[in-house]
Amino acid sequence: MLELQGVSRSFGDRRVLDDVSFTVGQGRLTGFVGGNGAGKTTTMRIILGVLAPHAGTVTLDGRPLDGARRARFGYMPEERGLYPKMKLAEQLTYLARLHGFDKGAAADRAHDLIDRLGLTERAGDPVESLSLGNQQRAQVAAALVHQPEVLVLDEPFSGLDPMAVEVVQSVLAERAAQGVPVLFSSHQLDVVERLCDDLVIIAGGRIRAAGSREELRRAHATERHEIVVAGDMGWLRDEPGARVDELAAGSAVFEADEATAQRVLREALARGPVQSFAPLRPSLAEIFREVITDEEPADAAGRTQELEAAR
Amino acid sequence: MSTTTSHRAPQAPSLGRATLLVAEREITSQVRSKSFLISTAVLLVAILAGIVISGLMSQREPGTTPVAVVASVADSVSGSDLLEVTEVADREAAEEAVRSGDVDAAVVPGGEPLGVQVLAMDAAPDAVVGALTVAPEVELLDPAPADGGLRYLITFAFGLVFMTSVIGSGSMIAQNTVTEKQSRIVEILLSAVPARALLGGKILGNSAVALGQTAAIAAVAVLGLVVTGQDDVLTLIGMPLAWFVVFFAIGFVLLAGIFAASASLVSRVEDTGSVLQPAIWLTMVPYFLVVFFNDNELVLRIMSYVPFTAPVGMPVRLFLNEASWWEPLVALVVLVAATLAITALAARVYERSVLRMGGRVAVREALARSADA
Repeated sequence: MLELQGVSRSFGDRRVLDDVSFTVGQGRLTGFVGGNGAGKTTTMRIILGVLAPHAGTVTLDGRPLDGARRARFGYMPEERGLYPKMKLAEQLTYLARLHGFDKGAAADRAHDLIDRLGLTERAGDPVESLSLGNQQRAQVAAALVHQPEVLVLDEPFSGLDPMAVEVVQSVLAERAAQGVPVLFSSHQLDVVERLCDDLVIIAGGRIRAAGSREELRRAHATERHEIVVAGDMGWLRDEPGARVDELAAGSAVFEADEATAQRVLREALARGPVQSFAPLRPSLAEIFREVITDEEPADAAGRTQELEAAR
Repeated sequence: MSTTTSHRAPQAPSLGRATLLVAEREITSQVRSKSFLISTAVLLVAILAGIVISGLMSQREPGTTPVAVVASVADSVSGSDLLEVTEVADREAAEEAVRSGDVDAAVVPGGEPLGVQVLAMDAAPDAVVGALTVAPEVELLDPAPADGGLRYLITFAFGLVFMTSVIGSGSMIAQNTVTEKQSRIVEILLSAVPARALLGGKILGNSAVALGQTAAIAAVAVLGLVVTGQDDVLTLIGMPLAWFVVFFAIGFVLLAGIFAASASLVSRVEDTGSVLQPAIWLTMVPYFLVVFFNDNELVLRIMSYVPFTAPVGMPVRLFLNEASWWEPLVALVVLVAATLAITALAARVYERSVLRMGGRVAVREALARSADA
């Protein structure tokens, strides 16, 4: 388990991370969500030791990280980087060798990953000649080529077409299934929603919410329900305890506590057939919006002081 | 992906092994690059052509040499068709003719036992001396300390080879450093190996390439000299050349460290030019010193001990026979010490600044910062 505790970091007077704590569990795909400048990349760079925290610790299975343990991490930096003129397969082989694989094993691993990510025909091409989407896949391969024990990926899905998203998604899920903690950031909330087990939401350098996707959904569940019937739902307006949000001929979205909702359902059944009735679960986008609503727009300059004053 | 999971992740490589891996990549990527192959080929062909042409020139039939002869000794040069004889009245007139450049030499009456003497400006003209039936005494009016042409050529060559190969490979190191920084692959690399291995491998790999290139130049030069029958030059420069290789190798590492550290201060390839200025000046100094001061013993003596100029200065002094046997050893110790100190400093700057993106990092800042970045 990867654990961050009380991690803080400033650049000059600007505090970009403030007491950041969360965990990435064994075999959990953890989505790291936040707006631009929220502190996602800084957090990831600190996990990788590329940047030092000013306070706080990062531990793996309870032990602090050193260079040797970090060498077993797989990392995909925010700004994509591979040697532009080096051939894809050679480059991946080189990276695997830097992690200690011998030449043969490194080449095997490189080619397996290239095949898996659908880049077989591009193996002998220099990276700069690949399309953006393919460069992105190559970057994912670079993070995976040394059988990492922990995966930290900054925006692995940005710039990928839906097919490529599927491929990368399944590769990541596979790694998680092998017990690897996977942390990936994204602002494509739909992808995160579909893929991740756990969620960490960051805004203004602070963790706003963290937990499993279902937990978060429950925690942020509103008492909204949707009902679809064969007849008309107009009568709902007069129902005590139910507040109607939307109303169309045969369907309605309303807010009500559990007992009222059940009463509405019984009433509807009494009036005719009900096609569907379900509590409305908030989407990730809704949770995200709700969690960060108390934030001023994402420009971090001088924000800490303002936040402190507001509290 | 069942095949890949069968390899368990191994231990991270040692510092030495990681350094060698980085060096290997630097070498292969450079040796394969088209620009490197073409520029090396052009350089080698140019050197070979220069040697062959100069060989052909020296083997050419010599033309007639203009010579002034005082009438009283005119008999001594009569019958030589290699000389273009001008009779003059006396020694003063002959000397006048030599100084004005009208003739290359003059034959004048001399003391016993020969009765003739040859006057020339700075070197005894072979054609004249050979044409005389007896070997005359030669008096030089303006003697040069050594063979001026060759002296200039060899010192110039040492300076030029050092400067071009250091600037060439240094720029390559700098460019690779900034490319890694700009493309952020350095973040991936540093998550696998320490910064020292990255810097060490870069210096090692490029030094090997530069030395190999210089060795190829030397080999082509030797081959050319032997084939064209000019191998007597080799005996003159053999020993200084051996020292040059030793000094070159260490001096190169010194400057390579400076190039890499300088380049690590900026984040974009476009900014490399300005940040490399000091390193490039340091590399050009020895060249200009030997070109402008190659007959100033004091300047040469000083530059043969200063670490940045020693790789050129000391071999030049050895070639000119101006240095005692122990002097290169002392200079070498100074150079090695300076190289160790400067590369340690360079490694510090590199480690601190290679991950800092954005504007240019000040050297003082890079050195002063605690392990913060």
